Amino acid sequence: MSAAAGITLETVYRTEKRRVLATLIRLLGGFERAEEALHDAFAAAAEQWPRDGVPKNPLAWLVSAGRFKAIDRMRRNARHDASLTELAMRLETEAAGPDEMDEQTIADDQLRLIFTCCHPALPADAQTALTLREVCGLTTEEIAAAFLSSAPTIAQRIVRAKSKIRDEKIPYETPEKAELAERLEYVLRVVYLVFNEGYAASSGASVTRSDLSAEAIRLGRLLVALLPDPEAIGLLALMLLHDSRRAARTGTDGSVVLFDDQDRALWNRQQIEEGTALVARAFAIGEVGPYAIQAAIAAEHAASNGMRTDWNRVVSLYDLLLRAQPSPVAELNRAAAVAMRDGPGEGIKLIEAIFARGELADYYPAHSAKGELLRRAGRTAEAVASFRQALKLTKQGPARDFIEKRLAELS
Amino acid sequence: MKYACLIYLNDLHHLDGFTEPQRAAFINEVLDNDEALRQSGNWLDAHALDLPTQAATVRVRQGKLATTDGPFVETKEHLAGIVIIEARDLNDAIRIAGTIPMARTGAIEVRPVKFVERQDAAA
Repeated sequence: MSAAAGITLETVYRTEKRRVLATLIRLLGGFERAEEALHDAFAAAAEQWPRDGVPKNPLAWLVSAGRFKAIDRMRRNARHDASLTELAMRLETEAAGPDEMDEQTIADDQLRLIFTCCHPALPADAQTALTLREVCGLTTEEIAAAFLSSAPTIAQRIVRAKSKIRDEKIPYETPEKAELAERLEYVLRVVYLVFNEGYAASSGASVTRSDLSAEAIRLGRLLVALLPDPEAIGLLALMLLHDSRRAARTGTDGSVVLFDDQDRALWNRQQIEEGTALVARAFAIGEVGPYAIQAAIAAEHAASNGMRTDWNRVVSLYDLLLRAQPSPVAELNRAAAVAMRDGPGEGIKLIEAIFARGELADYYPAHSAKGELLRRAGRTAEAVASFRQALKLTKQGPARDFIEKRLAELS
Repeated sequence: MKYACLIYLNDLHHLDGFTEPQRAAFINEVLDNDEALRQSGNWLDAHALDLPTQAATVRVRQGKLATTDGPFVETKEHLAGIVIIEARDLNDAIRIAGTIPMARTGAIEVRPVKFVERQDAAA
């Protein structure tokens, strides 16, 4: 094999493997058959490309090779399973010329694959594992390492999910417009979950886990390219803005550095710029949802140099968020922003109102935030009580260190 | 990655209920599948194993080699064959193991093949 062809095949394998798979699943009507065909197609390429040169449209060549290999295989297996003869004939007559393999078809197939992997009929953990393997191309072993699980556990999850897709005839398609928004929510949830799994781990020892954030961002980019929905754009922006602080989040000793104490010189300006531009793009489309709004809030914080945050805008973004997706945690964050704008007393009132409704009583950040505002208001005794309550609800880590530090300062 | 597909079945009875032509077809299917795996590049090695009654189990204890007749453990199902394959990951290996006809008459345990590195004697 000539070096040039070797490099090209390797590159094509890395970049096109998942796209070829997405199309083969549609053409062959199943994951297993498509995976077999994908493998066969690349084996054929490894043999022929060095000899005959790289085809003009490698992707179309691979899809076509995979399809014919699958037909061959069915013919061979028809000796043992007669039903395959018919299927092989049908596949052979269905035209799939190279002209059918335009960019739009390829993009549509990728979207089909994403929506199928994130189908709500599948358990949430299976959606994640399937997406990472089939869309992102991670191996079962890599997914297991990233989620601190065992390879056989993940493998079984994937096998079961594929059986379910087959047995329940979950269609390989992008949902109709009427249910697109709802189905997209599942997809975005998977992407954000993968991101957070990596983000939460980024202060730990495992490099593999923090790679999940990069994988989620890659996936977010793919989604935005395929389906430029304001929420998909918003989620990509949100992930980029969070990720921009990665280097600043961890102290030299591995401890978590809180937002206000972060060295802003360590923030990734390029990611902040890209994230901020995406926020503008999402808002320009019009109908923004929780991801775009949260991204807008994150962009406000990223833009500030700590002294000049536009708290008025942050508060109004929280108002918007509460309308889009009401939650006591968002309300708590809004209270903190109000306190920055109008003084701690206003924030305290809002947090007390949440508690009065019986919400967030066991949520330590609520007590810690209230303690912090009381401290700033000079109400030391009440602040101590709030921090003590927060401490009771915290089990571990940097949050506990922070609360203990505050308590020591106040007593 | 390399995986070993360990085929467990009851050699004497796993084809009970098959007619003679079915039995012959099954065996040819096994060989066809080997050929298909060879063509796809997944096949590294495969061997069928004789019955456990033909086995001798070897142990060396305190420098003395001792053997016992028969298998290491007595079970209804025993290791009847090994197929070593090259696969992308565990799910890929599971898919390939699923093509081995004995998956239908017995069970196949898929295990990653470990690479044992020579240890530094000085350490």
